[in-house]
Parts: sequence; C-alpha cells; structure tokens
Amino acid sequence: MDSRHDIELSVNGDTHRISVQARRLLSDALREDCGLTGTHVGCEHGVCGACTVLIDGRPARACLTYAMQMEGHEITTIEGLGGTDGYSPLQQAMQDEHGLQCGFCTPGILVTFEAYLRDNPDPTEDEIRDVLSGNLCRCTGYENIVAAVKKAAAGMRGEPE
Amino acid sequence: MPKDHGIGASSKRREDVRFLTGKGRYTDDINIRGQAYVHFLRSDVAHGKINGLDTSAAESAPGVLRVFTGADFEGVGGLPCGWQVTDREGNPMQEPAHPVLAQGKVRHVGDPIAAVVAETYEQARDAAEQITVDIEELPAVMDMKAALKPDAPKVHEDLTSNLCYDWGFVEENREATNAAFEKAHHVTTLELVNQRLVANPMEPRVAIGDYAAHSDESTLYTTSQNPHVIRLLMGAFVLGIPEHKLRVVAPDVGGGFGSKIFHYAEEAFCTFAAKALKRPVKWVSSRSEAFLSDAQGRDHVTRIELALDAEGHFQALRTETYANMGAYLSTFSTSVPTWLHGTLMAGNYRTPLIYVNVKAVFTNTVPVDAYRGAGRPEATFQLERVIDKAAREMGIDPVELRRRNFVTEFPYATPVAVEYDTGDYNATLDRALEMADWDGFEARAAESAKKGLWRGRGINSYIEACGIAPSQLVGQLGARAGLYESATVRVNATGGLVVMTGSHSHGQGHETAFPQVIADMIGIDESQVEIVHGDTANTPMGMGTYGSRSIAVGGSAMVRAAEKVIAKAKKIAAHLMEAAPEDVELKDGQFSVAGTDKSIAWGDVTLAAYVPHNYPLDEIEPGLEETAFYDPSNFTYPAGAYVCEVEVDPETGKVRVDRFAAADDFGNVVNPMIVEGQVHGGLAQGIGQALLEGCTYDETGQLLSASYMDYAMPRADDLPSFQVDHSCQTPCTHNPLGVKGCGEAGAIGSPPALVNAVVDALQRGGKDVTHIDMPLSPARVWAAMQ
Repeated sequence: MDSRHDIELSVNGDTHRISVQARRLLSDALREDCGLTGTHVGCEHGVCGACTVLIDGRPARACLTYAMQMEGHEITTIEGLGGTDGYSPLQQAMQDEHGLQCGFCTPGILVTFEAYLRDNPDPTEDEIRDVLSGNLCRCTGYENIVAAVKKAAAGMRGEPE
Repeated sequence: MPKDHGIGASSKRREDVRFLTGKGRYTDDINIRGQAYVHFLRSDVAHGKINGLDTSAAESAPGVLRVFTGADFEGVGGLPCGWQVTDREGNPMQEPAHPVLAQGKVRHVGDPIAAVVAETYEQARDAAEQITVDIEELPAVMDMKAALKPDAPKVHEDLTSNLCYDWGFVEENREATNAAFEKAHHVTTLELVNQRLVANPMEPRVAIGDYAAHSDESTLYTTSQNPHVIRLLMGAFVLGIPEHKLRVVAPDVGGGFGSKIFHYAEEAFCTFAAKALKRPVKWVSSRSEAFLSDAQGRDHVTRIELALDAEGHFQALRTETYANMGAYLSTFSTSVPTWLHGTLMAGNYRTPLIYVNVKAVFTNTVPVDAYRGAGRPEATFQLERVIDKAAREMGIDPVELRRRNFVTEFPYATPVAVEYDTGDYNATLDRALEMADWDGFEARAAESAKKGLWRGRGINSYIEACGIAPSQLVGQLGARAGLYESATVRVNATGGLVVMTGSHSHGQGHETAFPQVIADMIGIDESQVEIVHGDTANTPMGMGTYGSRSIAVGGSAMVRAAEKVIAKAKKIAAHLMEAAPEDVELKDGQFSVAGTDKSIAWGDVTLAAYVPHNYPLDEIEPGLEETAFYDPSNFTYPAGAYVCEVEVDPETGKVRVDRFAAADDFGNVVNPMIVEGQVHGGLAQGIGQALLEGCTYDETGQLLSASYMDYAMPRADDLPSFQVDHSCQTPCTHNPLGVKGCGEAGAIGSPPALVNAVVDALQRGGKDVTHIDMPLSPARVWAAMQ
C-alpha cells in the first residue's frame, strides 16, 4: 500500500515531478505535493464542487480523481486563471459584484465558469443557476455569483457596462 | 449619488484579491516542517461502555509515533461550558464532564475514543483500523421527552437525570401569565419543531498544534471565529497553559456560522500531542467527521400559546420548549435556548405578560450549540407562526394583526428583561410589502391557478438582540466570560495605520469595512489602513465574531481607540502650530486651528510623534498608538419584515419560492454591499432550513444525514432572486457608529415567512392545514394535504 510512483503532473503549464501512492487524490497531490493550495477540499465525495479543476479544459472534481490518472493531461487550477495582467473577467466581476465572502468555495466556482463561459458566451439566468448548482456556497446565497457571471459574460462579449 | 469612500460606501473587498487568485491562507494551507498527522478513531455507536481498548497493533504499525487514549488525558481538564444556567428553583444546571478523548464511555456516534499520530495521514488512518475496541452497547437516549422519564437510561451516570436544567423566565410572571390565559377572549396554541441543523461552513475544521521547546511555547492554528476565547478556554481550563505560553492563530477561515465559536477536543488534542511528541501535529476534518463532531444547531420542540382579547391585542404568551443539548455541553450551548431565546419572545410586539419554560435535555447525539441566529430564529419562528395561526382563527388580516400589536414607542422595556432602544416596525413592513407587490398577489394567484398551482404568501416581522453583550448583564445571567471587544490603533510614523482587533473575519469583510470607518474619522484614504486580526500574539484580548457583533462591538472599540489617537494627535498638532489643543480641528487629513489659516498635515503630526525633536515631551509621550476596550451598555436590536410568496404543486407537494423580499433596519450601515451580501447568505440558510435541511438520527443514534448526499444544502437553483432593502434606518442609540449588526437577520426572519406562505397556499387550496414542520419537503407538504 505504501509503494510510490513517480509521475509528472502538468499544472497551469508547469511540470511537477512528484512521487505518490496509487491512492493519492489529485486534490491532495495539487495541495500537498505541488504546493498549489488554491484548490480547496470541502467534502471529499464530489458533491460540493470546491475542488473543481480543469482537466484538458473540462471541469472535474479533483477529489474524485487519482493523481496517477493525470499523466499526459493538462490541469488548470485557480492559480492558472487570469493573465499576466491580473484578473480574468470573471475574477474581476466576482469582486465587483461581491460574489464571494469566505472565499473557500470560490476557486471551484471560478474554474467551472471559466470553462462554461468559453463554450456558452451568452447564458440566461436559469442556465447560470443550473450550472452553479454543481457548486455549494454557504455564504452568499448565490445571488451575487449569478450577477457576477452575467456581468463577466457581457464583458467578454464586448458589451458595454 | 452613492458614496465612493468611507462610511456608507460600497467599497470593494480588498480580501477578495487573495481569495480570487488562490492565495488565501486557510489553516489547512499551513504546513510546518516535521509535522505529523492525527486520525481520530471515533465511536460508531451512540451509547456504550468501553470494556476494552487494545492499541498495541496500531502502535507498531508503519509510521506511527504514538496512540493516545482517554487514559492519557486523565490529568487534563475537560472541555468547559462557558455559561451556567440556573434552574427554576435557583439551582445550577447539571454539568457533566467532557473529556478530550472518551473515558470509559462513548456518548454519541463520532465521540473520539483514540487518536493515532503518524508520519503521514494515510499511516495514521491505516493504523487506526488496527485498534480493537470492546464496546458494550447501551440503549441510546434519543427522544427528549422519553429521556426525562424516571426509568430512562442516563447519558451521564454521575448526573441525577438527563435534565440539564428546567428554566423559567420570567419565573415571577408565571402566575400572572397563567391568570391572563384564564381571562383571555381567544387562545391560539401551536406545537412545533425547530429541527436540528448542521452549520456546514464549506471549510471543514482544521487544527495544528506546534510546540517550541526552546521557549516552552505552544501554538495552535485553528479554524476559529474567536482565537482569544480558544486560548483562554484551552489554556486555563483544559491544558493548564498560561496565556503567555500559548498562542492561537485563526488565519483565513472559510465560514463559521457559529460552529467555529466553540472550543473543540481536536484543538486541545493537537496542542497537547505536539508538546508530548515535540512535533507539530495536524488534524484535518473530513466532511463526514464534520457531521459527527461540529456542534449542531437548533433542535427545539415547543408548545406555544398566545392569549388575545376580542380585538386581537396580545394579552399573554407562554411557551414550553424542550431543547436538545446533545451528549455534552458545548461551549455556549446552555445560553442558546435560554438567554438568547427567552429574551426575544416579545418580538416586535407589546405583549404584557410572557412566560418561557425551557427544559434542556441530554441525548446521545452530537452536541448542539449556536448556529446563525442562535435562539433568536427559534423564538421568531414560534412567535410568527402562532401569530399567523391566531390571525386565521380570529379572521383578522395577518398584516393588520401585527400592526395592531407593534411596539411603536421607544425605548420599550419588554417583560422579558430587554429594552429596545429604537425601531420602526411599520416602516420595514411597509417597505417589504411594497417590494413584494403584496397588493398584486391576487392576480398572480390567478395566473398560478391556471397552471394548476396554489400560490400563497407569508409575512414575518422579526427582532433580534445583537452586539452581544453588556458584560455585567451577561455575568448576572451566568456567562463565564466578558463580552467586550478590543482594538489597538497603531499609527505609523508616515501616517498609515494598523488596527489590531479582537474581532475576527471568516468571510464578513472586516479588512474592507473597518478601514472605511477609520479613514472617515481621520480623512485619509482607506488604503492607508490595515486590519490585523486572528492571532492572539498581535491583537489585544478580544472576544471574536458571532451574534452579529463585529461592527457594533468591535467597530465601536476601534472608534474609541481612534478617538484616543486623534485626541493625542491634536495635542501634538497644537504644539506644532503653537495653538491650544481645544482649538485644533481634524478634517480631510489636515489639522487646522479654528479661525486661522494655520494647518498641518496628518502625516507631519504622525512623523513628529515618532521623531519628537520639536515635541511637548514634558506633557505627552512620543508615539501614537492607543488601545480601547468597548463594553456595550445594551444589546442592539436589528429588526425587519420579510415577505415570501410561493407556488405549491398540489399534485406533488413541491414548493417553489417565487419571490422573497427582505426589509431590514440595521441602523447605520458602513458598507451596503457587504450588508446585502450578509442578508443574502442569511436568507439562503433560512430558506434552506425551511425547505431542505434537517439532521436526522435513527432510533439507535446513527446519524442518517451525515454527508452532502444526505443533508440537503441549498443550491443555486433552489433559491429565488432576493429583493433586499436596508433603507429604513433607526440608528442604535448607544454605540458610537449607530450600527446594529446584520449577520443573522436573514436566517432569523426567513423560515416563518416561508412556512406562513406555504400554509397560506394550502388554505387557499381548500386544505385545513395550520402547520407543517420544517423542512417543507414535497413529501411532508403532500402528506399534509391528504
């Protein structure tokens, strides 16, 4: 059970050479082995969505994924959002619209909608709420997150504020 | 035009910068060189006698440093209860021991029996599976009323029964209240359950103990709302470590909602084990463990009676409540059903006689303590449900019945020991009705009917006592702590300043809102002010954040400290400008002398304080740093009115919340954006309670709702878009900011509004349903209709 495996994880464009047990979860590997603590673990059974990361651009629960499965895949975490000039449009909108309070669930929500807005540039409120229901937030009541996603989407479509 | 800075401005939150980029520093993000990991072996039965415990195999398992059991803690104190309640006879409550690790008995599923510390978390968990526990299972005490029968098994053998206390309030009013019921024109009675909830902050609890042998100092990193309280309780009552050898750090904390107020066994364990092993020891709660070890909330069973005269004026109110304490007394558990509940039973109304009886009961369940609102949601729910039922029984419009009984003159002394300083309950009710388009209801109901749905509407007026609390008063009531708050304002030589506060932010945005106040007072930019909180090593002793108290009590302490700073700075400025201190004014960061053109900048004065070359050293000391402790003279009384409109599907019992309007009076508001966010979050938790959430045990004490698959937390598509408003403002009269607090209002005011709306919908659908217990799941609503 203690045998270890040397793997390479590609995260946010950087390669991490780490040694993990077969049972090491991606969420723990990111946090403990790669030192990327922005990904949070809220429930360890895939229900809360806090640990959501992008695997080859698609949202996935890092707590339901083994690190060893990830060789050859490209992972994006919250640390990889935004450009060199700072916030992504959604990060900016989340601050502007007060879409977060304690911040613990926020990484999973940001990552989820980074992918969603890329594929769905003009979502309705119902569609936003539907997607957002994959992530639990205990602080905000979701109202301002919905507003932030709308605002970010409009901005990304080039609409004036 | 909205303000763009200072008090009243919706300043963007500066803490968001780190949270949005993955740079937050939560407790689990801290790793200390050489740290070991602990896994707790927890009881899988609710009640049992430990006849044998064999840890030998675990001790020799790979990587294991040591296995701890209850025997290791025999010379150590138990987890203390912070509030002693006195019963109707004047006797102190029954107060059982609460060991860090079980000693001889387990009393709830999740009770920690042993702790394995190993090099890795996986090794600790693997080794724990090799511990053999011989438990003789005993009958679980689950039902509160059955628990009080003479032949009931006892949760604690050394107590006389499972009754913690039988509390009467106001005991002197009991006979007069009963007499008023004898004479009443009408009496409305309601039996209801305020179900057990789990706070469920998204960040599970974490504790890291660290010990520095060279200085004999212990440090605990923990997910706490009040690090100083933890240091005091753990140091003085559990581990016997003086405060100067103990530091408690609560860094970024991912939500609390009350559940991170309390001192938990895992905190004491990690601190103790780190010293014993000379290694840092880390514990990270799994979500399953959180369900089995975080203090839970509510769990009251109540019978309430309201006596009215022929015109609907309230004559008297009496209640009998059974309050579940769980297996042990959590830190503030005993105060919740008593002083945080009985004192609110007047609500917004002139009810001359009130008598509240509460029986607190031990059961083989996870301990129960404060959860968002803490006693006040329970009070409001009973009161607003019984008023709605009375209105229906007497044929009086529920809005009119409330208005007829509102307190309208202030200050108002209730018959339950508190004095409301200000309020305008008609104003918030008017605003809520307007926002929800109350008058347009019938048209919407007709539209719903076309779809085969029953539409209903419910209102609720609430009041809460916040800003807890005047220390002398709570001391008389049994609190074993003072409830002041503290702040140190340290001005730096170049004019920027740091506020070190005993308040703690676990999502409320203190780092943004507190500087708005200070910046306004001095007239400098908010970016010149930094807030430090969450570390006992660099903040003055303070009581932390709960009970919507941060801005009202912590903010007031900060204002007092800043006033001292400004007073001293004026003396320095007076010296520099060769004027009398009383003639010096401070505005927009400039000191000036009244009636002259003399002025000097804030930064020049602060520099002089630290480079005192030209300085009145014979009158005042150099430096510019002041501390204040603020102890409030009264509670604050936020109040408001909520309107909820629902559609019920008569085929399935499914409830959809169509609209929810909340009009709150929080007094003055420092940051409207943050305040609205607090209300949103409170509403979500209140609507969660009303529709979805419920903690369920089976008869053997197994927690059936022990994961997010089984405990239904509200999600984005369960909730409506909220309409919130805080434009009705009657400032608090007794704190310097005129603020009342906003953290709990949403959770207090929303459950009764929603249940009232569903009952209304069923009544309009022709069903004689007067009450449904929460959560209003489709199954329950459907059953009520049959």
